[in-house]
Amino acid sequence: MKGRGLYVYALAYLIFLYAPIVLLPIFAFNDSTVIAFPLSGFTTQWFAEIPETPALIDSVQTSLVIAATTAILSTGLGICAARAGAKYDFPGKRPVLGFIMLPLVLPEIIVAVSLLVVLLGLGLSLSSWTVILGHTLICTPFCIAILNSAFGNLDPSLEEASFDLGETRFTTFRLVTLPLVMPGIISSLLIAFTISLDEFIIAFFLTGTEPTLPVYLWGQLRFPQKIPVVMALGTILVASSVLILAVAEYFRCRGIARTGGKDTGGFL
Amino acid sequence: MKSPIIHLTGVHKYYGDYHALRGIDLDIAEGEFFSLLGPSGCGKTTLLRTIAGFEDVSDGTLLLDGKDMEGVAPNRRPTNMVFQSYAIFPHLSVAQNVGFGLRRSSMSKEAKARAVGEALEMVGLGGYGNRAAHALSGGQRQRVALARALILKPRVLLLDEPLSALDKKLREQMQNELRRLQRQVGITFILVTHDQEEALIMSDRIAVMFEGEIAQLADPQTLYRRPATRRVAEFIGMMTFLPATVRGQEVEVAGLGRAEVEAEQCPGGLSDGDAHAGIRPELLSILFPGEETTRRVAEGVVEELTYYGDMTYYDVRLEGCERPVTISMKNMPGRPVLERGAPARVAWDARSLVIFG
Repeated sequence: MKGRGLYVYALAYLIFLYAPIVLLPIFAFNDSTVIAFPLSGFTTQWFAEIPETPALIDSVQTSLVIAATTAILSTGLGICAARAGAKYDFPGKRPVLGFIMLPLVLPEIIVAVSLLVVLLGLGLSLSSWTVILGHTLICTPFCIAILNSAFGNLDPSLEEASFDLGETRFTTFRLVTLPLVMPGIISSLLIAFTISLDEFIIAFFLTGTEPTLPVYLWGQLRFPQKIPVVMALGTILVASSVLILAVAEYFRCRGIARTGGKDTGGFL
Repeated sequence: MKSPIIHLTGVHKYYGDYHALRGIDLDIAEGEFFSLLGPSGCGKTTLLRTIAGFEDVSDGTLLLDGKDMEGVAPNRRPTNMVFQSYAIFPHLSVAQNVGFGLRRSSMSKEAKARAVGEALEMVGLGGYGNRAAHALSGGQRQRVALARALILKPRVLLLDEPLSALDKKLREQMQNELRRLQRQVGITFILVTHDQEEALIMSDRIAVMFEGEIAQLADPQTLYRRPATRRVAEFIGMMTFLPATVRGQEVEVAGLGRAEVEAEQCPGGLSDGDAHAGIRPELLSILFPGEETTRRVAEGVVEELTYYGDMTYYDVRLEGCERPVTISMKNMPGRPVLERGAPARVAWDARSLVIFG
């Protein structure tokens, strides 16, 4: 049958892609410190151990704070850029918008090393703030990509209509613009949050005395008996990442349906 | 003419180097249905947006109801606009859309709800208040946009190509309804359109614009019968131009012959030399076998024909003239539709002509 070979290839590709992730929850519930088949039994012991590891809890807290701050900063910057791109024409608009998107394709290791060199050169000490700085840099292009579609789908005469009907520029933004781009903003916040939460390279280079969760996990891999706990935590992380991305995509699609625009892409 | 509600003197608008409006002088009367007609890029929308306050005036003055509008924002002007895209707020219901402009008014909640109901009733959408705005059809959006703009009782309603997105049948229906609505509310309507037929059907007066200037400002009949320039004549309706030679009051038209013309048939004045004679298709007629006329007759051959059901348009090549002339004939019982290549006798008289230098 025609296309059969391609079908098998696609299936094999998906298995290769996702099988390791499926192994994560399997071993997270396995009653053995050795990561190997056959499975020895079911347990939730590893999940129960998570809260009893203070360093782990600390790193989760650090990561959450960094991710939340990064999400707010990069979405804020994204709103400004997307709005400027959608509404105004200025000299050099295309190259400027192009350069803003560049971190999207830059190797993270390059960004991380160069940021480290610059920060140390400036005499700044590494802390959560330097990680936030790096994360904002790589998250902003994603936020702009999402918000561009939200602002781009917005008919400029909607704002004019509100202005014409007696509202001021400020109330127009509040009553018309904000509700219409809100789904895009929420989806941008969630995506930036997710990216920052599991980002490793930049965090590894720029973190100070408080490691983020991925950096902490990496450190724990040296102790074999800790690996099942790491697996348990990884399971939680994968589950919440998928959940957050799904919610983000739901809001993005709803925003497009609301403004009556066409779907021009997305992440899921 | 009643007192002008809008008074423009020497209005210019520049976008950088681009000169969008080149000295517009215009008075629009209270209660008038006024149209700005022209091809795309002629500045008609810019002029409308200038009146609305979305564009500022680079030079000249704009008085609205006797007040200078310099620096007055759109939300402080007694105008409301119906946008080409309708600009219905998709996150609000129909009633919330229509009542949007009342948010700042001091009316009670009940009075506002009543006003919204009346406005919807007026545009034929009674009972649609709770519908979601994004679920409406094109014609319904148009009506919501109208109700939303009229609820504030503006002195002037501005309409930016409001019918261009509708299909032909619906467009014709809305043209009638807009006209009726305008008579009912008595507000000045200013319509921007590129559709000459729409402008003729709906307007009390029309300003034809080319390249940022008003080429002619007149009522529909004058515009159609006595176009000021050849360009206006070509833009409004159909007109064939035949080469002609002027000597004194006499014009020699290729294919037709000599004729004496009146001064009012020559909008640019009459001067000896080469000219063009413009002819509307309905002012010539083909004599079918057995028909006689007291008008003058020229001989020709049917070169092409277009059958419209009620009318047939013939392109007839007259003897001694290279360009065919277009003639429209009503289809009636006993009147055959001529075929290509058939000989045609064409009846005409001097009053059929408009002479352009």
